[in-house]
Amino acid sequence: MSGPSRELPRWVDIGLIPLVNLSAAFLVTGLVFLAIGESPVDSVIIMLNGAFGYGTGLGYTLFYTTNFIFTGLAFAVAFHAGLFNIGAEGQAYLGGLGVALVCLSLGFLPMVIIIPLAIIAAALFGAAWAFIPAFLQARRGSHVVITTIMFNFIASALMIYLLVSVLSPKGSMNPETRTFDPNAHLPLIHDVLAGLGIAAARSPLNLSFIWALVCAVAVWLLLWHTTLGYQLRVLGANPAAAAYAGMKPQRLIVIAMMISGGLAGFLALNEIMGASNRLLLQFTAGYGFVGIAVALMGRSHPFGIVLSALLFGALYQGGADLSFEKPTITRDMIVVVQGLIILFAGALEHMFRPQIARFFSSSWFKAKEA
Amino acid sequence: MEWLDLFAQIAGSAIRVSVPLLFACLAGLYSERAGVFDIGLEGKMLVGAFAAGTVAALTGSAWAGLIAAILASVFFALIHGFASITHRGNQIVSGVAINFIAAGLTAQLGETWFDIGGQTPQLPNEARFMGAPWPFAAELRNVPVIGQVYSQILSGQNILVYMAFLAVPLTWWLLYRTRFGLRLRAVGENPAAVDTAGISVPAMRYAAVTCCGVLCGFAGAYLAIAQGASFIENMTAGKGFIALAALIFAKWRPIPAMWACLLFGVLEAVANRLQGVPITGIGEVPVQLMQAVPYILTVFLLAGFIGHAVAPKAGGVPYVKEK
Repeated sequence: MSGPSRELPRWVDIGLIPLVNLSAAFLVTGLVFLAIGESPVDSVIIMLNGAFGYGTGLGYTLFYTTNFIFTGLAFAVAFHAGLFNIGAEGQAYLGGLGVALVCLSLGFLPMVIIIPLAIIAAALFGAAWAFIPAFLQARRGSHVVITTIMFNFIASALMIYLLVSVLSPKGSMNPETRTFDPNAHLPLIHDVLAGLGIAAARSPLNLSFIWALVCAVAVWLLLWHTTLGYQLRVLGANPAAAAYAGMKPQRLIVIAMMISGGLAGFLALNEIMGASNRLLLQFTAGYGFVGIAVALMGRSHPFGIVLSALLFGALYQGGADLSFEKPTITRDMIVVVQGLIILFAGALEHMFRPQIARFFSSSWFKAKEA
Repeated sequence: MEWLDLFAQIAGSAIRVSVPLLFACLAGLYSERAGVFDIGLEGKMLVGAFAAGTVAALTGSAWAGLIAAILASVFFALIHGFASITHRGNQIVSGVAINFIAAGLTAQLGETWFDIGGQTPQLPNEARFMGAPWPFAAELRNVPVIGQVYSQILSGQNILVYMAFLAVPLTWWLLYRTRFGLRLRAVGENPAAVDTAGISVPAMRYAAVTCCGVLCGFAGAYLAIAQGASFIENMTAGKGFIALAALIFAKWRPIPAMWACLLFGVLEAVANRLQGVPITGIGEVPVQLMQAVPYILTVFLLAGFIGHAVAPKAGGVPYVKEK
């Protein structure tokens, strides 16, 4: 491709350009704040304070960060293989079913057994939901973007049916399962720290945060230090070359999507097993879609994904505090900000590149370098 | 007799349900036949509905509401165009962004401006598109078949319903019988050939996404000021995606698009009708199953089990002019 992909210093490519894009998104956000008659500066201060300024706020920030790490990694793994999985929402939803089934039926087991079982169930159910679109793409050529959208809606209908008619306790009108037994609650970080003699503020932050970081390292190892990871990246960069080199694209497509679905399923560990302790309707709440933005912002690298997940987590928690402090601002404002970030950092990622490239190839910059 | 009456009622409500799907489906058709994938139909419908509800409430005119809906939706369509045509961004990502911005912005602005739970004010009938019965509708009501079709299905719909069904042959004519349509389909299949013929690919694609915006505006206006009497938060509730499914189901062609939307409309109408009613021999069909049928059918179609859906060849691929 000509034009936008001119060589730039690496720090510009992975640092400066995302920052410029992010600034543009925040600039437009500022205009929206002005349009509804709120001071952008005040709002930023409230949001920063809400996200990082006190223990519980920080806990919530990291709690949301956990969700975004899982869905960001999920998107990135498929993306490296050239697949556009926008079905994380449905895969995470089904992952919740897996977690709930384990926690409901095996709640009498000791925690050290339940946790690995729940992790396996989350991954299996998420991967299974990704398998069908993956298989259809690999074997029948139906595009994974469309099928995963369809599967999000099918998952939603399925889960409503299960929660309303099958899983909710007899006589209950609420579409949710009973609360899991205490053994099947993921330990909260502040409880764990208290056990070690460290006082920490209460928040729903739980052990799945650690698991998310483990997954980030695992994805990094997988993609850049294993043969499978290499094959996935070749498939994404050049499917014809992958086939020519004797790799099996059909198999790789299915594997990439199932890993992606499994990672998405882990969202349920945090939300269902860590926080709500029962299966709820719509607990995925758009995290799957935001994962796309998280991965794009993080340049599909696990380290970048953890950083951008932190950004989105802070935005989420800061936004919640903001809507609490200022009654005129609703949590919908955060959806707008997320959308603007997706637009500027994702769809418009090349917008400022020509100008930046021109600056770095200009004689002024070269003279300074020399 | 009673059976026929039920049939007419379901058909009538199926038509009303399928109208927004049809507008949005045709909208997607223009965009995707020109090679610009659009999963932002949902978002554009939503801003259209919000603009229609707001302006109709402020001016008291349904037509002003419709125009506002079209303008708002076209503005979002142009953002999508700017990202995916001018800056060659990823069209799926851009669509996701549009859906997010639309969902958040409409809810936030609704809250800021009207402060009634994210809605726009309830509209009086004069500020909506209302249907008027056709002549002799009441007299013919009890004539079997013809009378029922006339008085319960054809008569009494609002003007947007008729416009939606008129848009189908119009789209067909535009796509297959005009120079504009030929060029539009060509930029979706082989943009380089169009470019060689001296026609601007970006200009054609911008024209296509503008058509898409206009029709999504109609879809949104229908929801807020024809079928409903105000904008309600997230009132599209996935209709944009059902329209997308219908578009694939129709294999990106206008006349089948109408049948697909009607089919999905019938499914929804039947689902509403059957809610909690057991069918002899089968038992109660879960309403969620009926709601999932459009998506399941589309997946089957995509898998090649019901014919084969072949997308426009250049769909989703930004065009890079050779230097």
